Amino acid sequence: MTAPAETPTARLVVHRTGREEASRYEVPYTPGQSVLDGLRYVRANLDPSLAIRHSCINANTCKECMIRIDGTVGYACTARLEPREMELRPLPNKTGLRDLVTEIGPPDERLDHAVARSGGGGRED
Amino acid sequence: MAEPLVELETDVLVVGSGAAGMAAALSAAEAGARVLLADRSLVGRSGATVMAQMTVAVALGSEQPDHWEHHLADTIAAGRGLCDADLAEIVCREGPEEIRRLDGWKVGWARHEDGRIRQAQAPGHDRPRCVYVDFLSTGPAVAKTLRGRVLRQETVTRVGDLYVADLPVRDGTVRGAVGFSMADGRPVAIAAGAVVLATGGLTRLYRRNSASANMGGDGHALALRAGAELMDMEFVQFFPIGHLAPRLVGMDPIMWDPFRYKLGGRLLNAEGREFVNDYGNEEGAVYNVTRDKATHAILSEVQAGRGSPAGGAFLSFEHVPEARLREAFGPVIDRLAKNGIDLTRMAVEVAPIAHYHMGGVRVDAAMETRVPGLFVAGETVAGANGANRLSGNAITEALVFGRRAGESAARRAEAAGRARPAGSETLELIRGSSPAAELNLAGAIAELQALMAEQVGPFRTAEGLEQALAGIAALRRALGERPPGAPGPYDLGRLDWFDLRSMLLVAEAVTTAALARRESRGAHQRDDFPLMDDAAWRLHQTLSLKDGALALGRAPVQAPRAADIEEVA
Ligand SMILES: Cc1cc2nc3c(=O)[nH]c(=O)nc-3n(C[C@H](O)[C@H](O)[C@H](O)COP(=O)(O)OP(=O)(O)OC[C@H]3O[C@@H](n4cnc5c(N)ncnc54)[C@H](O)[C@@H]3O)c2cc1C
Ligand code: FES
Repeated sequence: MTAPAETPTARLVVHRTGREEASRYEVPYTPGQSVLDGLRYVRANLDPSLAIRHSCINANTCKECMIRIDGTVGYACTARLEPREMELRPLPNKTGLRDLVTEIGPPDERLDHAVARSGGGGRED
Repeated sequence: MAEPLVELETDVLVVGSGAAGMAAALSAAEAGARVLLADRSLVGRSGATVMAQMTVAVALGSEQPDHWEHHLADTIAAGRGLCDADLAEIVCREGPEEIRRLDGWKVGWARHEDGRIRQAQAPGHDRPRCVYVDFLSTGPAVAKTLRGRVLRQETVTRVGDLYVADLPVRDGTVRGAVGFSMADGRPVAIAAGAVVLATGGLTRLYRRNSASANMGGDGHALALRAGAELMDMEFVQFFPIGHLAPRLVGMDPIMWDPFRYKLGGRLLNAEGREFVNDYGNEEGAVYNVTRDKATHAILSEVQAGRGSPAGGAFLSFEHVPEARLREAFGPVIDRLAKNGIDLTRMAVEVAPIAHYHMGGVRVDAAMETRVPGLFVAGETVAGANGANRLSGNAITEALVFGRRAGESAARRAEAAGRARPAGSETLELIRGSSPAAELNLAGAIAELQALMAEQVGPFRTAEGLEQALAGIAALRRALGERPPGAPGPYDLGRLDWFDLRSMLLVAEAVTTAALARRESRGAHQRDDFPLMDDAAWRLHQTLSLKDGALALGRAPVQAPRAADIEEVA
């Protein structure tokens, strides 16, 4: 294997909820990295306004990072970053909150549900 | 226009929904309280619990006779003289009951064919004591089982994506919490008769960590600001053989421990030689060197120039036949293959990684802090593990302390009567608008993590710790007084601001305590004070906020009762 002349990059085209135009980012590529690694690089180095949802980063246990990657739904933390252009979009069938983040919490674990319950009677003093 | 305030009311508010938070919610509900279980992310899926792949330590005695006192003796020995013996005893004594309770709820502990629960022997334990769910599924199974029970409790209301930012105090008592909804930025005020903090650990402070994004020490910062004391903050546990290279996705970096104790992996330096015993350890056929000592050995080897290319050690299973690998780890072997890792043919590289925090909030045996109404559970509690934690003790601790804290909080809430809201200055920060940030706050968090890793990691010096304090102060100035932008849906820039605010306070607490402790003990290793000094330092350091600044204090160590020790002997 010969070493590449230039450091290869992954070019992320991110379609963001609430914005007409996609944002384009170029991130350094190292083999084995995940798409989430790339997005976290973007936030820390290029554009902190980019919203992506995740908790666990590596373990693939929180299941929060699901997005569309080149048209296919998958976890950003297990999909590999590749040294080419990659298209990222939020999940198609969920309400978009911001950028790549969609509403994924179960309805009965959202704030309005708690408000409804809190209002409806409680313990008598 | 400012968003209207969302107001909620409950008997017991539980902040955080890992094992500790869910256990607390369940026991508080069983005691008759209405519970609000809030998490900054998804309920039951966002902290360390769901990521724990390995084991839970309890004296069940299903492999060979055991007693909780033996477990306590091992816990106290690993704690290097700093365990609070009362808290450690609670964990060891009540652990088996929690494990049986989960068994009754069908968590799926791995069993022998004759029905006995399997127990593995992890480092630092004198006998097989660690239960688990195959394959590497302990944490997910525990979290799922607890979540299933919480779902059945009519009196527990669950709210995800609710970031708790402050705990208002009135007349010296905690009255609830304020925060905001991640989904839309709405400000939220919760009136509660009692609050249980179960926010987990703080290892996100470090660059290489096994943490989730929600583990930046929020609970420590919340407790400090509410007037509680922190204790043993200098003791951050590094997991010695965290995965380093090649890049592995879809698996947490701390997965190699069970491989080692099931299959006996070999830890090698760049010369291909086993080196752990060069550092005064006596590891034979059984993998038994505790985490603080293994971390020390690996990093010393790297410093001596005999590290692996990526800066760690090699871990090799090349001597283990493929059939045995597959028998022990089934589908995990396929996941490794997808990452290009074939253990029969190659060694992986491992290095210490920030993993757990022994310190935390100071509590009594009822899990109450010095601020009435404020209870703590799980990893956020200080004391049970002293200066170094035994493998498998953290989930036991989360379950046991969670149950206790929930019961205590329910009692407290009942005595307090109906909760009324209290004001908080933080609400202004939550509701206010400011210009966009000039500083990249996500980048600033990465900078703090690098600083902590370099200067406040496994090896420390006065000079480095002072540099860290200066760096923390500089970042705090750059952070400014108000979060950038305006309330809105899933605004990570604003969240970064709140996160960095807490992380800086907690990082300062860790660093201040580390600088003051002029000795080496357990997970706290000072290059400039390499020896343990029992005469001067067998004590806890405490931290509290006085006029907005951190103040150090000291507290004696609660020693084990002589009777306990004698019975064991
Ligand atoms: C990868 C990994 C593997 C581990 N393996 C083991 C093991 O095998 N055995 C063992 O005994 N221990 C293990 N540990 C340690 C153990 O998992 C933890 O100590 C334990 O699970 C902590 O439980 P907890 O309930 O206290 O906190 P967590 O499970 O971390 O839960 C804390 C919760 O609080 C929430 N939260 C935090 N801040 C806020 C806020 N401001 N507002 C609202 N919610 C908030 C978080 O989102 C999170 O859901 C492991 C840890 C890690 C990271
Ligand atoms: S980040 Fe948790 S599953 Fe992807």
